[in-house]
Amino acid sequence: MDDLLCSLPIWLVPALPAVGFVVLAVVGGQLPRRWAAVIGTGSVGLSAATTLGVAACFLRHPPADGVRIETVWTWIDVGSFEIGFSLALDALSLVMIFVVSFVGFLIHLYSTEYMADDEGFSRFFAYMNLFVAFMLMLVLADNLFLLYLGWEGVGLCSYLLIGFWYTDAANGAAAQKAFIVTRVGDTAMAVALLLLFTHAGTLDVRQAMAWATENWAPGSTMAVAVALLLLGGAVGKSAQLPLQTWLPDAMAGPTPVSALIHAATMVTAGVYLIARTHAVFLLAPPAMTAVAVVGAATLLLAGCSALVQTDIKRVLAYSTIRQIGYMCLGVALGAWSAALFHLMTHGLFKVLVFLPAGAVILALHHEQDIFRMGGLRKRLPVVFWTFLLGSASLAALPVVTAGFYSKDLILWAAWASSAGAPWLWVAGAFGALLTAFYSFRLVFIVFFGDEKGHVEHRPGLKILIPLVVLAALSVIGGFVETPGWLGHVTAFSNLTETTLPAVDWAVTDHHVEHRLQAVVAGITLLGVLAAYLLYLRPSSIPTAVKATPLGAWLSRFWLSGWGFDTLYDRLFIRPFKGLAQLLRGDPFDEISATVARVAESGHSAMSRTQSGRIRTYAFGIGVGAVIAVAIVVLT
Amino acid sequence: MSAGVLLGHGLAVASILFVIGLIGVLVRRNLLFQLLSIEIMLNAAGMAFVIAGARWGQADGQVMFIFILVMAAAEVAVGLALLLRVSRRVRDLDGDAVSAMRG
Repeated sequence: MDDLLCSLPIWLVPALPAVGFVVLAVVGGQLPRRWAAVIGTGSVGLSAATTLGVAACFLRHPPADGVRIETVWTWIDVGSFEIGFSLALDALSLVMIFVVSFVGFLIHLYSTEYMADDEGFSRFFAYMNLFVAFMLMLVLADNLFLLYLGWEGVGLCSYLLIGFWYTDAANGAAAQKAFIVTRVGDTAMAVALLLLFTHAGTLDVRQAMAWATENWAPGSTMAVAVALLLLGGAVGKSAQLPLQTWLPDAMAGPTPVSALIHAATMVTAGVYLIARTHAVFLLAPPAMTAVAVVGAATLLLAGCSALVQTDIKRVLAYSTIRQIGYMCLGVALGAWSAALFHLMTHGLFKVLVFLPAGAVILALHHEQDIFRMGGLRKRLPVVFWTFLLGSASLAALPVVTAGFYSKDLILWAAWASSAGAPWLWVAGAFGALLTAFYSFRLVFIVFFGDEKGHVEHRPGLKILIPLVVLAALSVIGGFVETPGWLGHVTAFSNLTETTLPAVDWAVTDHHVEHRLQAVVAGITLLGVLAAYLLYLRPSSIPTAVKATPLGAWLSRFWLSGWGFDTLYDRLFIRPFKGLAQLLRGDPFDEISATVARVAESGHSAMSRTQSGRIRTYAFGIGVGAVIAVAIVVLT
Repeated sequence: MSAGVLLGHGLAVASILFVIGLIGVLVRRNLLFQLLSIEIMLNAAGMAFVIAGARWGQADGQVMFIFILVMAAAEVAVGLALLLRVSRRVRDLDGDAVSAMRG
């Protein structure tokens, strides 16, 4: 049995969805919907099954140095520059392919019902399969070149899927915004890769990292530059400050897309990139500080914005930005395993919030304003319970939810790791309060209170099964890593620490840890209580606060995402458009156009002399003769 | 009458004749009169040759005049032939009306 599992090639994992894409792209239009759904979902399902087999082999027979490499073919071979199409499976990529293929499969299954009435049914599945293939390639890539290919590939799919309903111009604009904003980060990343290649002479991740560790002194300029540029790439993809503006707009895509790409997988690629190139970051303490600051600032900023949003998906988008902020914080503190753990649990529970939200939106016939929803608890019971579970996990309710364990690890690292600082902990804890508040605000507004909105479409089995499975996973998922007072399971960190360094603890006192956990748990419950008091009980406080000038201003300011869109509009978009307007007439063409114009006017002047009138000619001859004689006589 | 006075007055007359001829070519629209004016100009040039020959006491000037006379006869032959063709074609002797160019 083991032999059979270990003979499963890794390349099958990304190849299966890629085949699905090719089939759907070529003949998808002619296939009946049922077949398109089977191919689209089946290819990802098979990929998930392969992942399971590969993982079983990896866990039972761990490779010698913690990584299993498979070179499928040589991609580029020019002089000393050799890029193999090679895949590497280590603990980090194992966790990632688990999240991508399983969550991806469940979301595909969900989409077969969600998108059932859509005209672009097979096109949707083609794009989704392509996305899964690129994402799996990104996380399995053995060299940074291949990683970059996957990185750009998922960016492309993100663009295609945000603008999936392209007949609405706003969706197209959102897609372009996402593409262009992430491109800023991608450019930084490309520069980082080129720098790394010129210095290390290789783009193989492990070789390049080993080279960097050997040749670059900690804190050296090159190391810091490369780390900061890589951070730029991560910030763009993961929608962190200051490139976070694209993610809320990206919610223009279909809900399964928002769940898969813009919550669970692609946006976490930035965190993955930092974890993958952690050796460079360890050499660059200023870059690590930058990551921490970015993470902490983003989580506070997005938390405040999430408080006032009225579109259910935008609330979730800001919450995604926040949760990735937590991951960045974890990464910056050297708590690699904790960040990755949060990435996994977030991938599960954020989808568990998004998919029920999608079911609600579908049930209410594409209504996304939460204030036009209400009292859906009784009419959509399964959706309610799964959404509640997801929100509880998002809010990190103690003990029962996965989010609690992962977030708690990061917060503990913020306090106790050698890179930690109390202010980071305070930022994180305050963020926890905000999360608890806004996620339960959502639950109370949408599912409790008076019944509003007309339920047109009751979710069927293909929507409910993924919800229930994810609900189960997001509960179980938390128990692979538990704190000392609850069994002290360390299965997850044992696995990841074969690839990533362990946390450098400065404080190891478990009493402090327990006390801090109690404080955070209290803060979380406080947030839930506040949401209960303000939104479930009839309360005039939210409207009263909104009525005050400061409240109104803050609400508008946060609703617009701290005015970043306006700022960028003034700073970049308008000057760019102005420049484009200026260059529209091709001012540089004027130079050659002038030459042409001179020749043209010369021609018309000369041709006017060819009048055909004898008298004019005679006059010309006479004047010419006079001038000629005058010249002869006078000189 | 001294040779100097002859030369000066003679050339003045020749110049005046030439200018009269030139003005005739420029202001007359009728092709026939233009031809006539050209004849006057030619004769002015011939007169200048004759006067210059007299001044130097040489026959070259009169030889040149014969040449000019012959050339004028040839020119008139061609010119009148063209004139006839034009008058047949456009039923007019206005030189400006003959122009078919669009410049």
